[in-house]
Amino acid sequence: MPLVTIDDIQIEVPEGTTILEAARKIGGDIVPPAMCFHSKLKTSGGYCRTCIVKVEQGSAKDPRPMPKPVASCRTNVMDGMVVRNITSPENLEARAGVVEMLLINHPLDCPVCDQAGECHLQDLGYEHGKEATRFEFARREFEPSDIGEHIKLHMNRCILCYRCVKVADQITDGRCHGVINRGEVAEISTYIEKAIDNDFSGNVIDVCPVGALTDKTFRFKSRVWFTKPVDAHRNCTKCCGNVRLWYQGEEVLRVTARKDQWGEVEDNVDGSTAWICNECRFDKKNTSDWTIEGPSKIDRHSVISANHYETNLRNIKADTLKMLGSVPHGVKVELGTGALDPNNLHK
Amino acid sequence: MSKKLLLKNDHIHNIHELSVYRQNGGYSVLENTLKISNPENVLEEVKKSGLRGRGGAGFPTGLKWSFLARPEGVPRYLVCNADESEPGTFKDRYLMERIPHLLIEGMILSSFALGAKTSYIYIRGEYFYVARILETAIAEAYAAGLLGKNIMGSGFDHDCYVQVGAGAYICGEETALLESLEGKRGNPRIKPPFPAVAGLYGCPTVVNNVETIAAVVPILELGGDEYAKIGIGKSTGTKLISASGHINKPGVYEIELGVPVEEFIYSEKYCGGIRGGRKLKAVVAGGSSVPILPAELILKTANGEPRLMSYESLGDGGFATGTMLGSGGFIVMDEDTSIVKNLYTFARFYHHESCGQCSPCREGTGWMEKILHKILEGHGTIQDIDLLWDIQSKIEGKTICPLGEAAAWPVAAAIRHFRNEFESYVQNPENIKDIKHYYRLQN
Repeated sequence: MPLVTIDDIQIEVPEGTTILEAARKIGGDIVPPAMCFHSKLKTSGGYCRTCIVKVEQGSAKDPRPMPKPVASCRTNVMDGMVVRNITSPENLEARAGVVEMLLINHPLDCPVCDQAGECHLQDLGYEHGKEATRFEFARREFEPSDIGEHIKLHMNRCILCYRCVKVADQITDGRCHGVINRGEVAEISTYIEKAIDNDFSGNVIDVCPVGALTDKTFRFKSRVWFTKPVDAHRNCTKCCGNVRLWYQGEEVLRVTARKDQWGEVEDNVDGSTAWICNECRFDKKNTSDWTIEGPSKIDRHSVISANHYETNLRNIKADTLKMLGSVPHGVKVELGTGALDPNNLHK
Repeated sequence: MSKKLLLKNDHIHNIHELSVYRQNGGYSVLENTLKISNPENVLEEVKKSGLRGRGGAGFPTGLKWSFLARPEGVPRYLVCNADESEPGTFKDRYLMERIPHLLIEGMILSSFALGAKTSYIYIRGEYFYVARILETAIAEAYAAGLLGKNIMGSGFDHDCYVQVGAGAYICGEETALLESLEGKRGNPRIKPPFPAVAGLYGCPTVVNNVETIAAVVPILELGGDEYAKIGIGKSTGTKLISASGHINKPGVYEIELGVPVEEFIYSEKYCGGIRGGRKLKAVVAGGSSVPILPAELILKTANGEPRLMSYESLGDGGFATGTMLGSGGFIVMDEDTSIVKNLYTFARFYHHESCGQCSPCREGTGWMEKILHKILEGHGTIQDIDLLWDIQSKIEGKTICPLGEAAAWPVAAAIRHFRNEFESYVQNPENIKDIKHYYRLQN
């Protein structure tokens, strides 16, 4: 197996692993941020350039450095490869440049954006950006376009990561949206403002790293950090039925797919990806529709986790929880699987 | 130094017709090659010739061909890049317009070497009339048995098609060209895999420039070793140069690589000097994306040696004091030219032509254009010049395809060599309105 060194940490990974995947296996600060790459979508990645890293040594066989920074999400590791991410000031500077480019035309309307709190661009800006912009011109604006009753497209916020296009291509049947126009004015759109309407189209919301595609049934209802995520499932004829419910009080405000620590849709037990259908997402908003599994593990998006509970909730024993009746803030308890009464959670 | 290989029959009336082309020795190389040679020998001759890609990057053609994967049972393709979209370059148009059969003969020979049964000529949309010329020529070739099944009784089958693009600069990038040829949006692919492994329709593909493919004909006529004797050093053979700008005789010139730049600009045989007897200010030597050089650096290298029209000599000194031969788009600017205004035009072009796929190019090209516009409007500051420099450094090398570099290099070079002009625009904005002669298109 190829042995790769990332920021002086060595790891052995299977042939065909990308630098980004290898870094994620190591974990921690050395993992490059990724806006457009989504491990569950084929051919995604390579577009946003935020995951660029410096390859100091191409491989043991050919130790020459790579002449340009490479997109770690699309570059496979070679045996003996030496990669620098956060230990290269030059690389961090280059990344800050990319972040600045992504932000110059992005409307900083986080206070009214539904994605705020779980927005990857927000995180990226905090972690890798500069405190002020040097862009002093009017930001780019698009004409609003209506793409159907469930999904809101807010093109001004789009960073053209192409994830939604890949979802439409790979998950839904009969793609009717894509990228039109070129360059700075390229935009996501449907063919002559046609509505996006098929069973799995709602997944474009889950893969959107910013607030460009949001759930109309959740729009302006609440900030994400006021809602409490709970994993649940139901027997669905169309999809796996494994979802995440976002509660405010006793009300289910929104249903999403389950996402892992990288913000990517998780896998089911059988290895398939837990994409969910529009019926589960938009129409099943009662607790009685669902079998509750327990509170979701949230550990990356600080804003959401700060308001709720510590990590490691997955392993809490159901009994303990029943005994406690609720989970006090900041208390770590072990939780197993099994049906739980959501009314006992998050009080 | 006046050897002509590609354009030697250019003066002959109606050379675009098959009968005239054949009367003047056309397709004899093909006939001989199919009769007595084999694909390995053709590849060997091209390798020996030292031919380098004429589209801009200058990659050795023989080496590129030898990279082509040859898995069993998978078709291979040859694609001719006739997108010629680099501003300042118009040599391929001239060649295809005048001697279309030279390209077609080259296509068949190259395909023979590569084992490609099908080839495509991807031509830019603006050249629709050239596409018609090519299609007529291809029809003539089919009728004469030079294309199709069993060419000249050799058992080699080959089909050649012309595909017209819709006029996008980005479709001159080889992987974007392949996407467009497949009928998709012309976005560059992320490499690897390279086209030599997975190109058109996922099959091994070679993409070559028009001039490169046409040069295969004289290479096989002379033999690779003889061809390699023409030119200088590793810049072998002849090169078509599209000369434009403030010169007395703009046009396409075939030069033997190694002609001194000074001779090329001032001799009557080529550009014939600067129009109106004015002084030379700067030259963009290889199409709009290569670094601009001021007169003193284009005529002589930093070491004081005469600068020659060759890959090595123009590249001498790196980007600090050198440039690139590129596609051979030789744009000459006289003393009255505004470098800032010229740069604004280039920046506007790259902004317009960015495909929008990756962030640094999509956002950065527009930003640079806006700042240059601001400076030209008289609102610029010294910080803007530094900002421009910083933006170009954040684009260069960070993008999927070379369009990022193409947009960044002209900005970097203009600031590197003409910073004082930027500063004077910033410090004395009232003078900008007096600068009348941006291009001097009319004398």
